[in-house]
Amino acid sequence: MTLAANSASNGIAIDAQDLTRRFGSFVAVDHITFDVKAGEVFGFLGANGAGKTTAIKMLVGLLAPSEGTAHVAGADIRTQRDEIKRSIGYMSQRFSLYADLTVRENIRLYGGIYGLTPDQIAERTKRMLDNLGLSGSVDDLVGDLPLGWKQKLAFSVALVHEPKIVFLDEPTSGVDPITRRQFWELIYAAAARGTTVFVTTHYMDEAEYCDRISIMVDGKIVELGTPAELKEKYRTETVDDVFVRLARGATKGEAA
Amino acid sequence: MNFNALRAFMVKELRHILRDRQTLTVLLMMPLVQVILFGFALRSDVRNIRLVVIDPTPDHATLDLRNRFGATSTFRIVGTYQSTDSLEPLFRAGRADVALVFDPDFASHLNGSEPARLLIAVDASDPNTGTTYLAYVRTVIQSYQAELNQPGRQVEIVTQTRMRFNPTLESVNLFVPGLIALVLVLVSALMTAISLSREKERGTMEVLLVSPLRPQQIIVGKVLPYLALAFANVITALIAAWAVFHVPFRGSVSLLLAESMLYTLVSLALGVLVAARTSSQRAAMLTAMLATMLPNALLSGMIFPIASMPSWLQPFTYIVPARWFILIARGIMLKGIGLTLLWRETLVLSIMALLLLAAAMRSFKPRLE
Repeated sequence: MTLAANSASNGIAIDAQDLTRRFGSFVAVDHITFDVKAGEVFGFLGANGAGKTTAIKMLVGLLAPSEGTAHVAGADIRTQRDEIKRSIGYMSQRFSLYADLTVRENIRLYGGIYGLTPDQIAERTKRMLDNLGLSGSVDDLVGDLPLGWKQKLAFSVALVHEPKIVFLDEPTSGVDPITRRQFWELIYAAAARGTTVFVTTHYMDEAEYCDRISIMVDGKIVELGTPAELKEKYRTETVDDVFVRLARGATKGEAA
Repeated sequence: MNFNALRAFMVKELRHILRDRQTLTVLLMMPLVQVILFGFALRSDVRNIRLVVIDPTPDHATLDLRNRFGATSTFRIVGTYQSTDSLEPLFRAGRADVALVFDPDFASHLNGSEPARLLIAVDASDPNTGTTYLAYVRTVIQSYQAELNQPGRQVEIVTQTRMRFNPTLESVNLFVPGLIALVLVLVSALMTAISLSREKERGTMEVLLVSPLRPQQIIVGKVLPYLALAFANVITALIAAWAVFHVPFRGSVSLLLAESMLYTLVSLALGVLVAARTSSQRAAMLTAMLATMLPNALLSGMIFPIASMPSWLQPFTYIVPARWFILIARGIMLKGIGLTLLWRETLVLSIMALLLLAAAMRSFKPRLE
């Protein structure tokens, strides 16, 4: 049995070993090793510039690693990109829906790209919009929706093909606290359905919602565990305090 | 290849195109406006054409025709001679625009069975007015001929023309193929470059690359809707040229449409290449203009004849797709020739299309840099 198949059957959704990415002499991601269990909400924390987005781009297949390996849903990110593509959803840092298309048209596009039948698309569109309370806006242009709704819609669209793992790159940046709260309710709902959620954020209050978190500083993972474990270890009240103590030594990010 | 995914992607592209009404209107109107503007700018209404008549054997028939020219306000007879010797100095001195040279047997042939012969010599140093002169002369002769024709008596007047100083005539007729080439490259190269780089700039490209959609599907999905738009543009340009300027169409319409699509493919591939090498919409747009519009307009023979370019520049025209397309389009539209005579140009365009599409596919990276 190969390592990949082995880890998939072990209930491991993502495992990374010494994953590294260099841009010239700059090491954006520096030998990170971690694993994410199936069904987990995994928080990937770090300051801006710590290397979170570079790491996520390697995991979803947008960037080739310079060194190290990783498996996503049991498939090798270097050699089995096509297998990975079918099992993951991805919400990039930038808004990924088309503003000049309607809500329905966006869902139809991504549903179609992921090979859903028209019936499946119609059924999921209805379910998704009922959940979001957006049924009345199905024929509105996405560009006309308020930002919070756009983000919630983008998240639901990233899940339209019911992927095993969803990667969210700072999904809540720029949205108001109430919408962030609602957004996390959506994340929990997805996790409850068995989807593994890999989410990057620099909002430390959100870290409390995760099953486990890793903290990245200058391209390295400096801490990994449940929020409770980390708070215990550093004897602090919040993850925010843990983060501030760890990030103080950073040289690359904004925290420097 | 997953056809449903490709279809979903193409539907999206079509929606982008159809929903941006302003851009779409501009794109659809462009061939119309360009044909009309260029056409009128190139046209000049001519009066007082200075006509020289060479009539070796004057008689009632030649006098009759001469008088018809004299009676119009379009022509002014500036001299009548018996021999062609006086013609050359007059043309050289620029004192005559058109010469009408009667065959010595003109009158007798007019009543007999042989065709009556006439030579029309035109000063075509300004090519556009040259064609206009010729058209006017022909009109007068044709109406004369039509009047002589009665049931039982068919008169045949055969004219021979000689365009002096500019044997390969440039005119609005010759301009239309060049215009089609320009509109097509504008729509296809520029618009695909913009639309692809917009996806990169807005970040939607990342999501497409993470999806099971293959890079080839993204390119095909981007390219095909613009091919349809280009098709509509060729038809508009042809209709405008025909309806407004009576530009003749002698060859096969379907062959021209097929060749237009081939040329459009070349332009689309160029657009994809440009988008792959640039990182912003603005850079893509400017690069596409520089790389496609300018050479296609200036080095294709559309505006400036290739033969009159400096010899070091002429070899560069061989790599300009429009050069080949214009040869093809002029051949089909004006000469009515087909693939048997145009296969060489078609082959060049096909090779260009294949090479550029392959290069576009290669340069379009399935990963980010």
